Order: sequence, then C-alpha cells, then structure tokens
Amino acid sequence: MTALLELKDVTKRFGGLQAVGHMTFSLNKGEILGLIGPNGAGKTTIFNLINGFYPPTGGTIFFKGKKIDGLKPHTVCRLGLARTFQVVKPLARLSVLDNVMVSAFSRTNHREEARKTALEATTFTEMDAWRDVPAGSLPLGMRKRLEMARALATKPEVLLLDENFAGLNPTEVEKTNAIVKKIHETGITILIIEHNMRVIMAISHRLICINYGEKIAEGTPQEVANNPQVVEAYLGAAHA
Amino acid sequence: MSRKSLIGLLPVAAVLLIPLLTQSPYLLHMFILSLLWIVLGQSWNLLGGYTGQISYGHAAFFGVGAYTTGIMVKSGQSPSTAWWGLLLGGLAAAVVAAFIGWVCFRLRGSYFSLSVLALSEVLRLVAVNWNRLTNGAEGILFIPAFTQKTYYYYIVFALAAVNLGVIRWVMRSKPGYYFLAIREDQDCAESLGIDTTKYKLLSLLISAFFTGAAGAFYMNYMGFIDPGIVFSIPDISIMMILVTMLGGAATKWGPAVGAILFILVSEIFRVWVGSGHLLFFGVLIIAIIIYFPNGIVGTLTDRWARKRRLQGAEAAA
Repeated sequence: MTALLELKDVTKRFGGLQAVGHMTFSLNKGEILGLIGPNGAGKTTIFNLINGFYPPTGGTIFFKGKKIDGLKPHTVCRLGLARTFQVVKPLARLSVLDNVMVSAFSRTNHREEARKTALEATTFTEMDAWRDVPAGSLPLGMRKRLEMARALATKPEVLLLDENFAGLNPTEVEKTNAIVKKIHETGITILIIEHNMRVIMAISHRLICINYGEKIAEGTPQEVANNPQVVEAYLGAAHA
Repeated sequence: MSRKSLIGLLPVAAVLLIPLLTQSPYLLHMFILSLLWIVLGQSWNLLGGYTGQISYGHAAFFGVGAYTTGIMVKSGQSPSTAWWGLLLGGLAAAVVAAFIGWVCFRLRGSYFSLSVLALSEVLRLVAVNWNRLTNGAEGILFIPAFTQKTYYYYIVFALAAVNLGVIRWVMRSKPGYYFLAIREDQDCAESLGIDTTKYKLLSLLISAFFTGAAGAFYMNYMGFIDPGIVFSIPDISIMMILVTMLGGAATKWGPAVGAILFILVSEIFRVWVGSGHLLFFGVLIIAIIIYFPNGIVGTLTDRWARKRRLQGAEAAA
C-alpha cells in the first residue's frame, strides 16, 4: 500500500488555542478513510489544513510524495485533491451546470470540454433534472450533492468529503451512500468526515477518531468503535 | 451566424447610421457622450458587476488615460494622436491598475475599494502639483484634430463596440466563469482551483484599460482637461457606478441602458432646471433603486423570467 496523502506531526494553533495537535496519519491509495470525533474536535480544521486554507503551525503534509503545506487552495486542487464543504458554498446566482462548469475549467480552457465534464458530473451525481436551477434555490440535499458534483468535475485523485450526509433524510442518505460508493469505484481515494455512525461504520475501510485536536484511536471501524477512549469522548467516562 | 445574433446586430447597425441621419453637432455630441459612458459603464460592470470587486475610484484610470494623451500632445506630438493615444492611454491606465491590484487583491473585502479611491485622489493631487508635466490646475488645452464630430462619433463607436465584444467574449470563456465564481464565493472559488488573485487582477486590467482608453478619447474630443474634471470622484467614479446600477449591474445591456438614460436625463434636467439638475438626477436614482432594485435591465429580466416560470408551471399542471 502506498500513501497518497500523509500528515506528519501537523499542528495548528489559533493564538493560544490548539485546534489540531501532532496529527500524523496517512491515506492509502484506493481506500475510504473515515474521520470521526465530537463537535469541535478539529476535523474540518484538518481539511482546511490539507486543502491549503490554513498553513499549519507545525508539521508537514505530503500529497503524492510532494510537500503541499503552504500551497494555496487552488494549487492543491490542481494537484488532484478536491474537497466539499460542510457549510455548503453554492455559487448562488449561477445555475447548477455553471457551478460545475466553473470547477471543470480547472482541467481545460475550452468551454465545450468544461460543459461536457459538467454534464457527466451532474449525471454521475444524479442531478440531471436540476441543471438549470440557480444553485441558491436548491434544497439542502441537492446543495450537498452539488458539492460532490463540483469536486468530481475537478477530476481529483483524492476527495475530501465534509459531512455530506448531515441534515439529509433517510432516502437521501441512501442515495448519497450509493454515490460515494460509485465515486470510490471509479478509483478515487476518499477521506470522509461524518457524524452519521451507521453510514461511516459501513462505508469506511479504516477509521480515525480525534478529540481536542489529537488522534485518540485508529483502526478498523470495529476496533475504533470498541476503543474505551472513543466511547469516553462521545458518551463520557461513565460509559467507557 | 444564428438568427438571434443577427437581431442583436440590428441596433448596432442603427447606431452606425446615426451620423448619416443628423449632422447636428448638438445631437452628435449627445450621442458621443452616451457612447463614452457606455464604455465607462461596461468597464466598471466587468469588475464591479461580474467580478464583484467594487471600485470607488475608477477616475484614477480615466484620468491617467486622459493625461497620457494630454501630455503627449503638450510635449509636441501632433493632436491627431486620437488613434494610438487611445491605446497608449489604456495601457498607461492598465499599468497603474496592475500596481494597485497587485498590492490589494491578495486581501479581500473593502481594501481594494478604498485603496483605489485613495489612489484616484493621490493622482489628482499629483496632477495639480506637478506643474511641469501637467500644467497643474490650469489643465491642458489643445485644438482637437478633427472639426467634424462625425469622426469622433465613429472613433468612440468603435471603442464601445470593441469594449462590448471583448467583455462578451471574456464572459463566455473560462475567465468569465471564474469572475462570477469569485463574486459569488471566494473560498469556494479557491477550492475549485481558481487563482483568485490572478483573475481579480485580470478583470481589473481589462476594466482599467478600457476606462483609460475612454479617458484618452475624452481628452482628444474635448481638447481640454484639468485634474478636477478627469480625476473627479462624483463626476467620474461615482457616476460610473450609478450608470451601471441604473441599467443593471452584471447584465449584458444594463450599462448601455444606464448610460443613455444618464445622458438623456441629465440633459433634460440641465435645460429645464438649470443649475439644480444634479438634484433631480439624484431623485431619479432614488426612485430607480426603490422600483428597480436590480437596475432597469436586471429587474425587468428577473420579472420576465419569473413570469415565464409561472406560465411553465401552469402549463405543466
């Protein structure tokens, strides 16, 4: 197994507050790695560090063996690492198709080619019927799916999914589950943050649990779920 | 060519024929000013309307363009510099824009808006005080190259047409999509692979180039500039914003509609009310903001789109 993405001793401090501390893990090619932890544990901060929104205070991040910490998000994206946002960011006044075309332009300069990629990505995420709708008037479920379509249109090798299941109804959860599996089958490696335990236990090959910015457990979903520290982080010491 | 684009060419052809229909210097003057303001409105619209970077100081670029031609003629070039003066004025404005954009666009929010406002004031003061280069507050005066207004009409028409063509072409290609994405959400744009600093700068360069060319045309046409005129915040910078907002920011024809209305209305008020005409213009703008919040073109197209959707829904039901 080769590590596509590697975090080595990554730390992020905001003033006196340590959001992420000494985080070390690697994402292997072809796997789905789940990132769990209580609210405020630092999961999204890790995504922001990987994707280049924040420079780390310490430590190094490697993508395909190349150091990427300190690079700007647009450069990281072009290297083949795409992300979705937990707090969805639709380009509100643009149609769904135009939203996806914007991201498709990261791989081409030609409008027709971008359009073709965008059509494929919207079909892949089953948004065909929504293409002409302004992204700002999409229901939440579709906004989450638009995040995935846009990320896919940048043709990534690694996809960071940030709570794409949050706030979805059971039918939508099933649909998104199927789409994530389909994305994985195309050969894209996935790092996923999720609070829906049923989903993440089923979908991930490995899990990492963090609390207060530090890794407290790593292993198969079963191992992590049975780890007393993890139970304590979620339910308190009395249950551990 | 599609039928739609042929229909789009009709008004262009009509505008092209105007000097054949009237030789009245007064009417031609009005048309020339309208076309000049179309260029200014469209240029501001590219940066402010489509890219979402609000400039309160586009007079900086207008003034630099005007002074470039002015200084050329003052230093002994023949006044028939209209042609390449336009190009040079545009380029000079783009150089100034490159500097301010390079400094400000790594930051977001109001830094650019305010810095460019400050820049235009700094340039005005430089123009007032650098007597040897600019004649200071006296301004630069020369006899324009053509006595016939028809020539100027076609020059500014060509400038407006090129301006519109370039902006249309840009907005239909990759940079255009990137400009819109930057306007909607910069974080999102970055994460989708867009070098936001670079594309904001590109939008500013195009916008400043045409604003500078318009300034150079103004110098050539009027034959007189002084710092108070071409670096004016209310008469240039703010008017560029108002013209765009009046017609509809981020719409294809909004700035043109706004520019024509602006010239028409300020002329009517000037003739009827005399010195108080700006007051009435202000009242008109307030009324438009209330009844057409997205500008005339923007609000009307929104209404038509909603009507069509409702009809579509009824037909489907």
